[in-house]
Amino acid sequence: MPFIPHTEQDIQSMLASIGAKNIDALFDEIPAALRSGKLAAIGDGLNEMQVTRLMRERAAQDAQPLNFVGAGAYEHHIPAAVWEIATRGEFYTAYTPYQAEASQGTLQVLYEYQTMIASLTGMDASNASLYDGASGLAEAILMAVRAHKTSRRVLLPATVSPLYRSVAHSIVKLQNIELVDIPFDIATGTTDINALQQHAGSDIAALVIPQPNFFGALEDVDTLTAWAHAQKALAIALVNPLSLALLKAPGNWGVPHPNPLVEQLAIRLGRQTTATKSLVIPQAGEGANESLRESKISGADIAVGDGQPLGAPLSSGGPYFGFMCCKQALVRQMPGRIIGRTVDLDGKPGFTLTLQAREQHIRRAKATSNICSNQGLMVTAATIHMALLGIDGLRRAAAASHTNTQALTVQASGLHGVKRLFSAPHFHEVVLHLPESSAKVLNSMAGQGVSGGFDLRPHYPQLGNAILVCATETKTGEDLQRYVAALRHVLQS
Amino acid sequence: MSNPSNLKYTASHEWVKSEADGTISIGITQHAQELLGDMVFVETPAVGRKLKAKEEVAVVESVKAAADVYAPVSGEVTAVNSELDSAPEAINADPYAAWMFRMKPDNAADVATLMDAAAYQAVVENEAH
Repeated sequence: MPFIPHTEQDIQSMLASIGAKNIDALFDEIPAALRSGKLAAIGDGLNEMQVTRLMRERAAQDAQPLNFVGAGAYEHHIPAAVWEIATRGEFYTAYTPYQAEASQGTLQVLYEYQTMIASLTGMDASNASLYDGASGLAEAILMAVRAHKTSRRVLLPATVSPLYRSVAHSIVKLQNIELVDIPFDIATGTTDINALQQHAGSDIAALVIPQPNFFGALEDVDTLTAWAHAQKALAIALVNPLSLALLKAPGNWGVPHPNPLVEQLAIRLGRQTTATKSLVIPQAGEGANESLRESKISGADIAVGDGQPLGAPLSSGGPYFGFMCCKQALVRQMPGRIIGRTVDLDGKPGFTLTLQAREQHIRRAKATSNICSNQGLMVTAATIHMALLGIDGLRRAAAASHTNTQALTVQASGLHGVKRLFSAPHFHEVVLHLPESSAKVLNSMAGQGVSGGFDLRPHYPQLGNAILVCATETKTGEDLQRYVAALRHVLQS
Repeated sequence: MSNPSNLKYTASHEWVKSEADGTISIGITQHAQELLGDMVFVETPAVGRKLKAKEEVAVVESVKAAADVYAPVSGEVTAVNSELDSAPEAINADPYAAWMFRMKPDNAADVATLMDAAAYQAVVENEAH
């Protein structure tokens, strides 16, 4: 696309023709209080050399601590090849590929991404991504309400990330949708089934099921999914994509396997998606139809989450990307774009944007969602990341993260007054209870070069001095010892 | 293809056919399908839904656009054409055979107030200018 500059004369003539005084006047409808002012910590009129120097000095202030914070953004090893390939010129301009004839490479990457994510989640269809996990959850709630048609109530467990809940509230609060908190069991750290049961029989559009939940704990997803379906509500799975290399795919939730041993084997072999599905064999006789019907209605209806663990660096909070998958029957309610595989007039295979007639650029105010964009570049990196690691590499990264967190929990719990909260099995995060102020402890650990965890106190005051700790596959045995030493030092001083 | 003279029409490009049982069948006109292009999906209403005249009741989706279909008169949905679920292209092939839904009008007299073929043709020609 050529660069077409405007001369001062062009600008004046355009302003004159629409009757605006100057360019700033075009933004008059934005209240002054909402406009960003100057950057307080950066002086005026710095030249390139001065800015470069300032940035270097500021970068050096980042002590690059040993990181044990997760809480939604996870430090994982990203093979150097991932961003080397993703930043090639062919991919780096990830602008929406409206012109299929000029964008086959980009479209194919997005298509492969959709296939990978749909396989990982065990769902029928995936879109080409959303902005992030939190807005993805909000979109899933809106989608569930659209699909359900009669109810505008969605049950949102307190074990969902408080940040995600806050975003979901912001996005849906003016759309006459009610989000109902479901408390958690203080012993297990998972959704309280009895509290949930109090909503049985009421008109509910959907139940959000986090796996693992914000505490890193594993929810009883089969029971929760079956419960939602018994209420004629949709089950929205909110999942960490890396965990799915080990855990049951959302597409299979709600069907406890008749033979637990077979299921365990399938999970260990990483074939839970195909294995569990093909092994659900209806019994002969009267139960057969019932069983078939059961298997059709089982599984989460929508699966969303943040794709950051798949190749996106932490980078101070973004950009990340959200993924969203659903059952075939719901595909026209899914926001965002989908890439389809088709054939051209000569019968040759090709890729193109599909189902876009309901997007904002065509349907305006009646679009399925006000989100009609995606995170093309992050998704490109995620696709390359998944392709390089393969299911085996993903499984090893997930297993090592689980093992490291387990080891760290055992070592830290050996310190006087430190204990693990919650008895439910965990993925790669745990909640530790400290004998002193969590904020003070984390601050002191930071002084020793260790980011010791996420302070839960502001979000869950009922848990007291609790922190959320994560040790991914990037941590060595020595790193774990450094953590424990830093914590011991704080507690003894 | 000319607009059949036994049908009634709306300015929003629906055709309306009076059936023997007192219900009416509704589809979109030749002009509408031509503007929209290849149909890929039809979203039909639930049977039993009560409608007011000019209320959005269905959505037709083509490769390039999605458009609302409006209730021509007030009444209740009595049937939907589920054949369009798997073959939306039937609308392109023969728009006047591809009915989308049927409804029982609250007042049978309302149907008579809709446009005839000649009046609708004038609307279409006027739109072209």
